[in-house]
Amino acid sequence: MSDFFFARSQMAISLAFHIVFAALGIGMPLLMVLAEGAWLRTGQPVYLELSQRWAKCTAILFAVGAVSGTVLSFELGLLWPGFMAAAGAIIGMPFSLEGFAFFSEAIFIGVYLYGRDRLTPWLHWLAGLAVAASGILSGIFVVTANAWMNVPTGFAFSAGRFTGIDPVAAMLNPASLHEALHMTLAAFVATGFAVAAVHAFFLRRNPASLFHRRALGLALAVGCASIPLQIASGDFSARAVGRLQPAKLAAMEAHYRTRAEAPLLIGGIPDDATRTTRYALTIPSGLSLLLASDPSARVAGLEEIPRRDWPDVRVVHWSFDFMVLSGFALLAMAGWSGWVWWRQGRLADHPRLLRALVAAGPLGFVAIEAGWVVTEAGRQPWIVYNVMRTADAVTPMPGIAIPFAVFTALYVFLAWMVFALLKRQFLETAATESPPPSA
Amino acid sequence: MLALAVSLSLLLSLILYALMGGADFGGGMWDLLASGPRATRQRKAIAEAIAPIWEANHVWLILVVVVLFTGFPAGFSAMMTALNIPVTAMLIGIVLRGSAFIFRTYDSRLPAVQRHWSSVFGLASFFTPFLQGVILGALATGRIRVANSLVQTGFFAGWLTPFALACGAFATCLFAFLAATYLTLDTEGQADLQNDFRQRALWSGSALVPVAAVVFFAARQGAPEMFFGLTRWWAPLLLGATGLCAAGAFAALLWRRFILARVAAVGVVTLILAGWSLAQYPNLITPDVTVTTARAPEATLRLLVLALAAGALLLLPALAFLFHLFKGHRRRRGVDHR
Repeated sequence: MSDFFFARSQMAISLAFHIVFAALGIGMPLLMVLAEGAWLRTGQPVYLELSQRWAKCTAILFAVGAVSGTVLSFELGLLWPGFMAAAGAIIGMPFSLEGFAFFSEAIFIGVYLYGRDRLTPWLHWLAGLAVAASGILSGIFVVTANAWMNVPTGFAFSAGRFTGIDPVAAMLNPASLHEALHMTLAAFVATGFAVAAVHAFFLRRNPASLFHRRALGLALAVGCASIPLQIASGDFSARAVGRLQPAKLAAMEAHYRTRAEAPLLIGGIPDDATRTTRYALTIPSGLSLLLASDPSARVAGLEEIPRRDWPDVRVVHWSFDFMVLSGFALLAMAGWSGWVWWRQGRLADHPRLLRALVAAGPLGFVAIEAGWVVTEAGRQPWIVYNVMRTADAVTPMPGIAIPFAVFTALYVFLAWMVFALLKRQFLETAATESPPPSA
Repeated sequence: MLALAVSLSLLLSLILYALMGGADFGGGMWDLLASGPRATRQRKAIAEAIAPIWEANHVWLILVVVVLFTGFPAGFSAMMTALNIPVTAMLIGIVLRGSAFIFRTYDSRLPAVQRHWSSVFGLASFFTPFLQGVILGALATGRIRVANSLVQTGFFAGWLTPFALACGAFATCLFAFLAATYLTLDTEGQADLQNDFRQRALWSGSALVPVAAVVFFAARQGAPEMFFGLTRWWAPLLLGATGLCAAGAFAALLWRRFILARVAAVGVVTLILAGWSLAQYPNLITPDVTVTTARAPEATLRLLVLALAAGALLLLPALAFLFHLFKGHRRRRGVDHR
């Protein structure tokens, strides 16, 4: 296997690892601020306890996210020096702004975590709000840089060089809005349902715990409020991708042949050689309807694009289906939870719902990972869409298998440690908790 | 002009990273070297001093990288190619240091577990700044050659030279000295601990002198352009000022004027980095990559300068608030922390 393969793999591992922490770094501060806000409003000590526990989790996740993010910012140059030499002047702008947002996040997380007894409660809450807001902003800035790689604007390109650079136009490229919206909502969905799953898990053991009941309520509220918006933003994104990156959309839908009344293919086995997708669940005119709101609309297939510019159709199509399936499963969970809450008022007394919530916990992150495979693998073979090939940007450094192996091992170890430490934060019984009733 | 402004902000970020992030690495070193009857209390004092601020201090490094690749993209990509190995190793150090510190804070209080994370934290705190020194040193050796934006000299040039390695040792000693000096103030009100860190500051400060001499003489062969830079007209002034600050820091430590010692130590680090950059300027990678040849187009540089100014206006007050909250209080209420 080539160094190019390992460079791509190392980048993929680093992003796949970091994105979990980045998403939690956007979602957890919101939960922590909501809990503290509930305490300020109601004075119930259980909310204070909750915000403190969630703040500890945020601290662990933020620290690991900060170091894995540092690795990524260097890896841009370590693995893709050709890309950075040519495009650094363009995408450096959103990264600089992200640097400032991250700075403010790091400052206020210090204030928030260690300043509880040095600030008035409201100031402390405001510091938490600053953490949450900077987290969202820094996510948006980074996604903007990625959006530019997908729909590059704000330059002229000749003889391998970018000229006439306009960093502002580059930042405001047509993909920025839908990518930033979709990613931010994804962070809220994934965090909300994952945290809800943790507390649902503990409620199954200890149904009387007020701490876990309140926690489940808040986390689920965030997840359930975000998922319908996320489905809508997904539709918005797909239409934009269809317009801006037809090759990526065709690969997402495993749509080889240009045709009117294009069917929607779910699952199946795409075959590049015969340009057909076998065994897929087919919804007649579905794709035309989704993209153009017109069942007879023509949809361009992969055949319009030179064969050497195709992404890996199977990877992109299957990841896309995984993401959409996870999204709709979570939408169903939200519907069910909403129904139970409306009819019975108490989510925690419904054992079947709790079990389903635990099972659905990872789905938001499955969707995030799958979604990033769609975005990144779907852009291939380009590192800058239709401008620069990924293979032309890779480092001349040999032996990339070694750092790939080292970082993979390191990240597996860190993931395991973080999991163990997060578990610790909830295994200690909450201080506000009366012991479970013996009768 | 614009390239100069961006270079200056790069230097400023680097100095602030050394003053803040560097001191956190130094704290990690003293954690590993904690000894004697007060070892546990030394570790506790170090952890308390850095816990609220180390995340923010680390961001200066991100700023350095981001300004470098936005302002001087060709320089960044050449550095990351030629110095791929030490940079990768430094990143592993950064990951291990940060995660070990946070894991120690939130893992079991059992002494065995705590010791385990302390060792990882401490070792990575030695390893990482050593490599940072090596990387900066390598850029000045003149052994890394670049033509048409492509590195010509492979992946081992520069950073394995005695000069670069001496720079690594120098950075390590410097951060140890800085941290120990800071910690004398952080432990105000605990005379025994304060004295421990005072002695550590004096030892590491004394180690700094011969290491600095080695760097200087290694530069004659190992980094001739830099050595030449250090013999220009301004060099004696700068070296004199640095020496004065260093002597001031020593005297202040001896006479237990800890605020003065901190100010003088900050002066030492600032002057060293300023002198290093003056001797290096306009080279980013001596001799082929300069701030002129590697700079981004004007539109980018102008926006970058604007963004840096706006960012400074927004963030410096927040940063000042953070330090006031944790460092200001600690001094006034030092006794409470016994």
